[in-house]
Amino acid sequence: MSIHKLSLCDLQKKFTAGEVSAAEIVRAYALRVGQVESKVRAYVNQAQESASAQADALDRQLKQWRKTKPLMGMPLAIKDNICTEGMPTTCSSRMLQHFVPPYDATVITKLREQGYILLGKTNLDEFAMGSSTENSAFGPSRNPWDLHRVPGGSSGGSAAAVAADECVAALGSDTGGSIRQPAAFCGVVGLKPTYGRVSRYGLVAFASSLDQIGPITKDVRDAACVLGSIAGHDPQDSTSADVPVPDYLKALAKKDLKKLRVGVPREFFAEGLDPEVDQAVKAAIAELKTLGGEIKDIQLPRTDAAVAVYYVLATAEASSNLARFDGVKFGLRAKETKDLADLYMKTRQEGFGPEVKRRIMLGTYVLSAGYYDAYYGKAQAVRTLVCQDFEAAFKEVDLIVTPATPTPAFKLGEKSEDPLQMYLSDIFTISVNLAGLPAIALPCGFSKSGLPIGLQLIGRPFEEETILRAAYAYEQATEWHLKKPVIR
Amino acid sequence: MEITKQDVEKVALLARLRVTEDEKAVFATQLSQILTHVEQLNRYDTAGVEPTTAVMGQTNVFRDDVVRPSLSVEKALANAPEREADGFGVPKILEER
Repeated sequence: MSIHKLSLCDLQKKFTAGEVSAAEIVRAYALRVGQVESKVRAYVNQAQESASAQADALDRQLKQWRKTKPLMGMPLAIKDNICTEGMPTTCSSRMLQHFVPPYDATVITKLREQGYILLGKTNLDEFAMGSSTENSAFGPSRNPWDLHRVPGGSSGGSAAAVAADECVAALGSDTGGSIRQPAAFCGVVGLKPTYGRVSRYGLVAFASSLDQIGPITKDVRDAACVLGSIAGHDPQDSTSADVPVPDYLKALAKKDLKKLRVGVPREFFAEGLDPEVDQAVKAAIAELKTLGGEIKDIQLPRTDAAVAVYYVLATAEASSNLARFDGVKFGLRAKETKDLADLYMKTRQEGFGPEVKRRIMLGTYVLSAGYYDAYYGKAQAVRTLVCQDFEAAFKEVDLIVTPATPTPAFKLGEKSEDPLQMYLSDIFTISVNLAGLPAIALPCGFSKSGLPIGLQLIGRPFEEETILRAAYAYEQATEWHLKKPVIR
Repeated sequence: MEITKQDVEKVALLARLRVTEDEKAVFATQLSQILTHVEQLNRYDTAGVEPTTAVMGQTNVFRDDVVRPSLSVEKALANAPEREADGFGVPKILEER
């Protein structure tokens, strides 16, 4: 089998056994990227030269020392809002087009310590604000299953790169579904860890109480492997949790789901759910039952409030976080400004795209005097209610199963003129971020027109093992993850 | 909630964002739509409900105030749009009297 088609765990096995060198791996991926990237446009910046150099260095070292770490020699793509020292990190924004971070994000430090190979930085909606990559200042990425459709967002470049075999695995970030929604649209696996499970140090902040970095991979085993490599407490991120990191690959060993109570929230199967998605997800639930799961009807009554809560809190946090882009210390600075106030205003006008401006405006409005309690305070209180729904549900079940998205991938341009419709496409993923829970999206079928459909499994805080185990059991029983897009 | 062009101008100033006349009109319409959707939150009774600020019970983290390695001046200034000696160059802030 061609190198680029292998999963990370399979490629790692070959690499460890000495059947393939790091240089061969990097060459295979360079070839693959050369074939499809002009169509998919997953990358903002590629790092082929440094990847080759890294690979050669690794191969030389390995001559003396064969024992490898899980990600050694593995070529990964990184979402371009995660800081990589010496390599531009643009957030797909004009504001940071020429920004080269002076330090690595903690997740990158961890990957480097393992000897991973950085293939490039992937496209996103500007500052991770969007659901399609259409808000990228550098143009949208395409869905490898249908180039006229969006790959989802905001980690659309990462998901498209994995689906198109342009990297062995990728990192994304998820604030309201930005890992899971593109993973579902592209037919790959996307895992959003529990809030605090993975350090956010060096992730360009969008909404700090919701953001979390996680893996996008070809299958569930790979997700377990990458999560284990990036998880853990970090003194550099005061919100990272001091909770031990289990061996996630070991958690996959138990193949059946006996005694696992699986909740199906009826609110997620309401009006607006595409019939083909409904059918595929219900078939997946039946499969979980066959595997031994106890299926239970549950309620998450405040689900319909999640989008509204999210677009108040996330924009409020964004308006504050993005205040740092003022043209003073790094990033774009507008030319010919008459004073400091003019420099701020003009820099931000030129540097930010329409969606980022819209969210800064909305966030500033809900935090402004006279509206703070009515919007921001209210949304924080309703967030508590959303969390309580999950707490109550998790007293009765161990796992919650839902569709990852209401529809398969939509067409480029279909929703870009209507921000509210775009926001509502995240309706099934957002409440998970509000409650800080771990969740995984994985393929569970295809529409008649050949578009992937995604299943979402939600777990209790820090119980990534449970969702990984259930996802793996399902994946072993099905073959959706083995299907590859024909890119044309 | 009806957002007027004047509201947009006020918020844009607070956000230090220059907006064109066209943008003012578009933002007024779009922000009105989004805030109208947000108003459905009023259907939920939140009397006595504690607001959520941190989901996993995070608390403040303290450490001793000791000197640790940090970015060098050269690294910190590497992305500066304008450099003046060992600092960031900015336009004049205070008016001359």
